[in-house]
Amino acid sequence: MNAGTAAAGAKPTTPRVEKPEAGPLREVWLRFLERPSAVVGLAFVVALVAIAALADVIAPYDPFATDWGAVRSPPSLEHPFGTDEVGRDLLARIIHGARASLAAGLTSVALAVVLGLPLGLLAGYAGGIVDGAIMRLTDALLAIPFLILAIALAAFLGPSLTNAMVAIGLSATSIFVRLSRAQVLAIKAEEFIEAARAVGNPPWRIALRHILPNIVPAILVQATLTIAAAIIAEASLSFLGLGQQPPAPSWGSMLNVAKNFLDQAPWMAIWPGVSIFVAVLSFNLLGDGLRDALDPRQRR
Amino acid sequence: MLRFLARRLAIAVPTLVIASMIIFALQQLLPGDTATALSGEERDPEVIAFIREKYHLDRPLPVRYVLWAKGVLQGDLGESIRLQKPVLDLVAEKLPVTLQLACMAMLIALIIGVPMGVLSAVKQGQTADYVANGIALWGLSIPNFWLGIMMILFFSVYLGWLPASGYVPPSESLIENLKAMIMPAFVLGNAIAAVMMRHTRAAMLQVLQSDYVRTARAKGVAPLAVILRHCLRNAAVPIITLGALEFGQLLSGAVLTEQIFSVPGFGKLMVDAVFNRDYATVQGVVICTATTYIVLNLMADVAYFLVNPKLRRA
Amino acid sequence: MGVPLLDIRDLTVAFASDGGTVHAVNGISYALSEGETLGIVGESGSGKSVHVLAMLGLIPMPPGRIERGEVLFQGRDLLTLDDRALRRVRGGEIGFVFQDPMSSLNPAMTVAAQIVEPLRIHLGLDGAAARRRALELLDLVRIPDAARRLDQYPHEFSGGQRQRVMIAIAIACKPKLLIADEATTALDVTIQAEIIGLVRELKREIGMAIVWITHDLGVVAGIADTVQVMYAGRILERGPVDDLFADPRSAYTLGLLRSLPDLAGGTKGRRLQPIEGAPPDMRDPPVGDPFAPRNRYATERCFREAPPLAQAPGAAPGHLVAAWYDLRGLLARERAAP
Repeated sequence: MNAGTAAAGAKPTTPRVEKPEAGPLREVWLRFLERPSAVVGLAFVVALVAIAALADVIAPYDPFATDWGAVRSPPSLEHPFGTDEVGRDLLARIIHGARASLAAGLTSVALAVVLGLPLGLLAGYAGGIVDGAIMRLTDALLAIPFLILAIALAAFLGPSLTNAMVAIGLSATSIFVRLSRAQVLAIKAEEFIEAARAVGNPPWRIALRHILPNIVPAILVQATLTIAAAIIAEASLSFLGLGQQPPAPSWGSMLNVAKNFLDQAPWMAIWPGVSIFVAVLSFNLLGDGLRDALDPRQRR
Repeated sequence: MLRFLARRLAIAVPTLVIASMIIFALQQLLPGDTATALSGEERDPEVIAFIREKYHLDRPLPVRYVLWAKGVLQGDLGESIRLQKPVLDLVAEKLPVTLQLACMAMLIALIIGVPMGVLSAVKQGQTADYVANGIALWGLSIPNFWLGIMMILFFSVYLGWLPASGYVPPSESLIENLKAMIMPAFVLGNAIAAVMMRHTRAAMLQVLQSDYVRTARAKGVAPLAVILRHCLRNAAVPIITLGALEFGQLLSGAVLTEQIFSVPGFGKLMVDAVFNRDYATVQGVVICTATTYIVLNLMADVAYFLVNPKLRRA
Repeated sequence: MGVPLLDIRDLTVAFASDGGTVHAVNGISYALSEGETLGIVGESGSGKSVHVLAMLGLIPMPPGRIERGEVLFQGRDLLTLDDRALRRVRGGEIGFVFQDPMSSLNPAMTVAAQIVEPLRIHLGLDGAAARRRALELLDLVRIPDAARRLDQYPHEFSGGQRQRVMIAIAIACKPKLLIADEATTALDVTIQAEIIGLVRELKREIGMAIVWITHDLGVVAGIADTVQVMYAGRILERGPVDDLFADPRSAYTLGLLRSLPDLAGGTKGRRLQPIEGAPPDMRDPPVGDPFAPRNRYATERCFREAPPLAQAPGAAPGHLVAAWYDLRGLLARERAAP
């Protein structure tokens, strides 16, 4: 990278007093590259997205095509991952299943951020009754454990991937309310916000121009880690039969079926689990790497 | 102490009320006629009429909530149409099983997580630290229902050491009960152990850098005694409070683990109820979960208060 | 004088950091006799605290590292002791008092438990005997109503009282040496004076040697026999307290004296003069005299070559200075000129 790209990559950020400034994007990127685990995480996430996007092209078989002549056949050259209880190719189903997992992870977290961030900003910035009301609502949502709320919502909304995503998104909202509120409170106390207020900036302007850019890094890190949790949540709901509905492929529902054939066809249980594990691990590694890169103070 | 408790209660009570509103409002999500939907598989007009009567469906929503909440406070969690039993009885029957599972899981999580966190903090930046962090990341990333399946595959199908499913009450045979519960408890505790490890590590790192640890070392206290006598007591505070927050995760995980190992607990009750469209039971389980969670956090606050001498006497 | 109690030779300590190696202590040597009180003065980063912490194994290693040197305490080299033997020295033969009495006591343990600890470790005292001794110690450091206060927690004590408790812990095993690291810095001026008075009395009673580390030359005047001025991990000047105050030979010492508000050293009535500039970056310490860049008396040689610590000509015996320039002569010339 030469000096020109460095200048282009330098994004002016509002100076922060307490935490060291995230710094120009290039520095963040270089710090990110320093950690092999973070780079591996990023590479896997990119690969995962590519697999999901190109599923139709790269899948060796139609994920719905049954083959009664090859029911529960173990991994072979013809079917590298083996086949399931109705002879569908597991590799093709794993590849197509990536779509459900990624879609659920990204959509539900996007929903949670879109709902949670403004609420958190409002609570932290407004304080008083507004803050109290928002926080009690958040506490109440938090009191109902993630998956239990998601199951209850899926139960009442009816089981489908869309409803699962909505349920996961709603349950994850409170995380972002709390996070953005805490960040706002911390930043609000800092001097440059005082200064911005002193020169007569209206509150909404302070919130959007001065506070929001400063909490983006924290939100980004949390969002990445929450995607990991959301992928597990989607797989869990699908495993319980409350997410992706058969015959559409999803790693969770594949495991649900595989559970019944453990002694005869263990491969049916191994591949979907490995896929979930790798996807979740990748997002976790990426999130940890982002946190370290964005906030060098916390580095080990 | 009383003022502190009062302040915590002032937060906990409205939280519980709002949570109950959310849970009540779930009913409204049902498509079509509420009474018909609530009756689930039943299409018997008599049952539908009973439900209409029971849930005061002819009254406006706020009134219905108040009547419902009043019932809940008196222990009336509704009636399971499907099982023809009061939901409270069902919950009371299943709760001990889940509690046993949760306690065993928490114990396993503490036994694994806390020493690992301590080790990793003491050996910060060294191999042991990286290994411990790696294990924690593994624990966080592995879906626990899959871990459960893999353990069944290995310990039950392949080795044949442990039963894949089948719950035995401890009153019948404690050994058999533990044999049936150990795998689910490990699976459930696994993810929490990772979280506890991270909390312990963070808390220990902070304590290890404190001046009083340096004082202790300057007194000639041996390293192990520094950790046990001086550090852990101070690090326990964040570990307890953050650990209590993990209880929600524990209950979420219990739903899946119970499903995999066919443990007849709370979570299995809920999932079965979902498929039987036994909505009253779903609601009942959720409200009990939320209450347990809030009460536990209140207890964690009290524990926090008790281990912290500064707060206790002030 | 016989064998000194503490004899430090060429002690060198470094820290690994992200930006390179920090050379915190650069080959310092000095000795301390039994019963002597040595005041070590310097600003933060001068190595004054680091070198004593390092020799007792109280700095984190890594990143800290003792590169070379010997620290002979009663004839034994502390740097070669194993962990166990070193622990017997710490708190037993050498007592420590740290800067911040608010954070240096464990908030979750009673004062009694914290005083008893060294008694149990080093003297094998336990139970009632240890408690009796703890009570005596609290009395000794003049904490009123000691019997009742024994079972209280640190937060129930005032700052000055907490430092008294710290002192009680440090002297619990009648150490040969007490090291006080900025022990009064965090306290109010009046309480500072009380604590210094207490330490002087205790010294008379116990007869221990003291190393009193501070950034405040004024504090040292009230307690030390010998003063040693440190800068950038080196000793710039060292000498008997009266001689050093009356006849400073290092420009840095002079700067410190001139920045003191009111001291019986001829600076009375003068305007306070802060030392200009900032201490050097210890990741890349200067080759020559480290103070040269801030020193208006610095000669060309100062920038090139580090001066050795040697007897200052015409000063009291034992008054050593590390300087190429002749401060006394320069000052005399300044006074002569209008």
